Amino acid sequence: MIRPVLEVIDLCKSFPVRSPFGRLTGEVKAVNNVSFSIGRGKVYGLAGESGSGKSTIARMIMGLTPPTSGDILLDGEDIGSTGGSPAHRRKVQMVFQNPGSSLNPRRSVSQSITVPLHANGLPRADRARRVTELLDMVQLPASYAERYPHELSGGQKQRVAIARALAVAPKLLVLDEPTSALDVSVQAKVIDLLVDLGRQLDLTFLFISHDLSLMRNFAEKVGVLYLGSLVETGRTSVVFENPRHDYTRLLLASVPVVSAEEEAMRPRIPLIDGEIPTAEQLLALRKAGGGEA
Amino acid sequence: MSSALLSVRDLHVDFTTYNQTHKVLKGINLDIPPHSQIALVGESGSGKTVTMKAIMGLLRQPLARITAGEMYYDGRDLLTMPDKERVALRGTAMSMIFQDPMTSLNPVFTIGDQMRTILKYADRRLGRTRSARERKVRVLEVLGQVRMRDPERVFQSYPIMLSGGMRQRVLIAMALLSEPKLLIADEPGTALDVTTQAQILKLMKDLVEERGLALLMITHNLGVVRETCSYVYVMNKGVVVEHGSTADLFAAPQEDYTKALIAAVPRLTGETRFGTVEAMR
Amino acid sequence: MAHLSELAAEPQRLSNAYQNWYRFSRNPSAVIGTAIVIICILTAIFAPLITPYPEHVGAVVNFRERHLPPSADYWFGTDNVGRDIFTRVVFGMRISLLLALVVLATAVPVGTVLGLLAGYYGGWVEIVIMRFTDIALAIPGLVMVMAVAAVLSPDLLTSMIAIAALWWTWHARLIYSITRQTRVQDYIEAAETLGASKFHILFREILPNCVSALAVKTSLDAGFVILIGSTLSFLGLGIQPPTPDLGTMVASGAAFLPSYWWESVLPGCAILFVSLGFNLLGDGLRDMFDVEDVR
Repeated sequence: MIRPVLEVIDLCKSFPVRSPFGRLTGEVKAVNNVSFSIGRGKVYGLAGESGSGKSTIARMIMGLTPPTSGDILLDGEDIGSTGGSPAHRRKVQMVFQNPGSSLNPRRSVSQSITVPLHANGLPRADRARRVTELLDMVQLPASYAERYPHELSGGQKQRVAIARALAVAPKLLVLDEPTSALDVSVQAKVIDLLVDLGRQLDLTFLFISHDLSLMRNFAEKVGVLYLGSLVETGRTSVVFENPRHDYTRLLLASVPVVSAEEEAMRPRIPLIDGEIPTAEQLLALRKAGGGEA
Repeated sequence: MSSALLSVRDLHVDFTTYNQTHKVLKGINLDIPPHSQIALVGESGSGKTVTMKAIMGLLRQPLARITAGEMYYDGRDLLTMPDKERVALRGTAMSMIFQDPMTSLNPVFTIGDQMRTILKYADRRLGRTRSARERKVRVLEVLGQVRMRDPERVFQSYPIMLSGGMRQRVLIAMALLSEPKLLIADEPGTALDVTTQAQILKLMKDLVEERGLALLMITHNLGVVRETCSYVYVMNKGVVVEHGSTADLFAAPQEDYTKALIAAVPRLTGETRFGTVEAMR
Repeated sequence: MAHLSELAAEPQRLSNAYQNWYRFSRNPSAVIGTAIVIICILTAIFAPLITPYPEHVGAVVNFRERHLPPSADYWFGTDNVGRDIFTRVVFGMRISLLLALVVLATAVPVGTVLGLLAGYYGGWVEIVIMRFTDIALAIPGLVMVMAVAAVLSPDLLTSMIAIAALWWTWHARLIYSITRQTRVQDYIEAAETLGASKFHILFREILPNCVSALAVKTSLDAGFVILIGSTLSFLGLGIQPPTPDLGTMVASGAAFLPSYWWESVLPGCAILFVSLGFNLLGDGLRDMFDVEDVR
């Protein structure tokens, strides 16, 4: 059996809730017993809205915040012991949601891309060549190396961010809503690029998004997150055509679509004051003291 | 189409920055008949927001300049009317729904205070008088219209106590306060979750139909257009590329740009070929 | 500038330098300030060449020509021992600028590094550095400076030490607040996930974002340091005669007011001129960079 690139087992994360005087009064479970795995070269989608815990999961995989309990195995190795180490960084990299803020405005493209090269001790002489190579991979001309972020369009910035993430040749790329800030035509090109890169470099993707239409076209498997728990998982086509969980149905019914065929496959449920509370409504209920849902 | 509630004729707008002049709008024609739901759709840089600002009279002078064109609201010329009349129209006859529910409300006043103040000034501009008591009644009435379950509680709440969806509804209620004939919505619900956005769009659509308002929706999201509007103008680089009824335009787009734009939208049915999307420059 | 976002689709290839120059050249206070500062610096550098009586810098006495009003021979008149005031003002400018340069060259780097460390690391590092800064800020500046000058012998070096000992705190505060804002940006998190070293994050990622605020603050400060230095000299705690200092000259000339007004008023105008120059420059830079945090 081939070992999956990423295995997440019973992952939990809770944040302490403190009174204004710093006394511990309880905890919020941001991520609750989440398990999934991604095979080599596959794209796994995590779908969810705000408060679903999808960003917290990404941060834990990146070693930016430790899990409360549970394991994250990268290539079979528990990152609990190597979290944040150079070895960990070489295996997994991330592309952030907003290319406008994930590139330092005061640093040129080549300066941004060389950060990980520098950290990995690539000799100075080889860096310029590697920058050109990486820019070429994301289909940007080598002359862009000396540009600053404000001289790039949104799509170009995101390409630079992808090049930077690929600099250490990671196996797994975490994509945190990588196209939600982009125009739809630009989004199509970036996704196309990611698909190509995945094939060429044998990359594995964890794709985090609230855009179900995009997920349907990009991810082979999908997990639907609702308030920190995975409520439904499976092949994307199966989950989308036959949603089992009420929340998945609500999500699908909410997607604005552009064709009659899509409209036909959307579940028909009342959107306003329906029986299924949206994540936002449920969070509001909890905040009001409703306790567990 | 002289019967249009709002009509824009051959509108040209230039922007001047760093001694360079950019032609941002190059002859926009637009008609909004009464009781219609019109969408203005385009990607960033298409000029849709500038068009909206020109209609609302919110362009920053002298950075932006209307170099040619005419705009009529209800047969009255918007560009030549005195400033005072123009200001009186804004927020009363044509009213705008702001897009960001997090920053469009002042955090230190209650919803009720903010809405009463808006109503007071709208009344003043229109030369109407209303007592404080009557104003509160009107505010509660409008909060009920946007389907708040407990208008009295919302009235007394501070923005921080409401969820994003509730705040967006408050913003819609604010736009409805002085019974406008034309609602202008700029990227409504973009800052919200999908499920909440769907509720807001449904609500807007219902309100516009029930109350016989005209709606001008500015958006980049083609799905949102199809859900809420009956007629659509597609903009690119400062010109209207194509316009037509929503059903026709989505089923059989005529222009290459529109075709490419629609093809780039990922489909829920999973048949999108991203690689075939043509460059749109 | 949200209203420009519509233009962003075609990214502007106007260089940063051009945009900055455009804004700078259309800002009267920046242009006037720069002109004044450049004039002051040039006069200070070429003082021996442009002054008519360079020998009057020292303890020269010429009682026959004392208390002469401004004239073609003596542009600013002469003082109570007959020395050319213009010459002494130009050399005094030299000392004031040197004072500002040395004080800021020590205080700015110290404050910047401490601010970066406190802002980035937080926790006890922040508590120690920022509370220490607060304590230093709580000491009335002039009193502290006078105390130092009184304990050590009053001279140029002492005033520099005294002023620099307090000045870093303002820079530490400024850089601390900018670092706190920058630390939470995505690009810092990105640099962390890319395995960048702490040194890299502090000095290559965060520091460049502080540069414009630092430039504004430092320029405004130069004017203040010169004022404080002159105040000390005026009180007899700074530069000692016969070395020409603007503050000392105002003080000694004050004895002969109002009949020989030029002896204190003209050196006073020189202080005004140079500190005004730095303040205008600082304000101009602030408008240009659109920095809000400073002061």
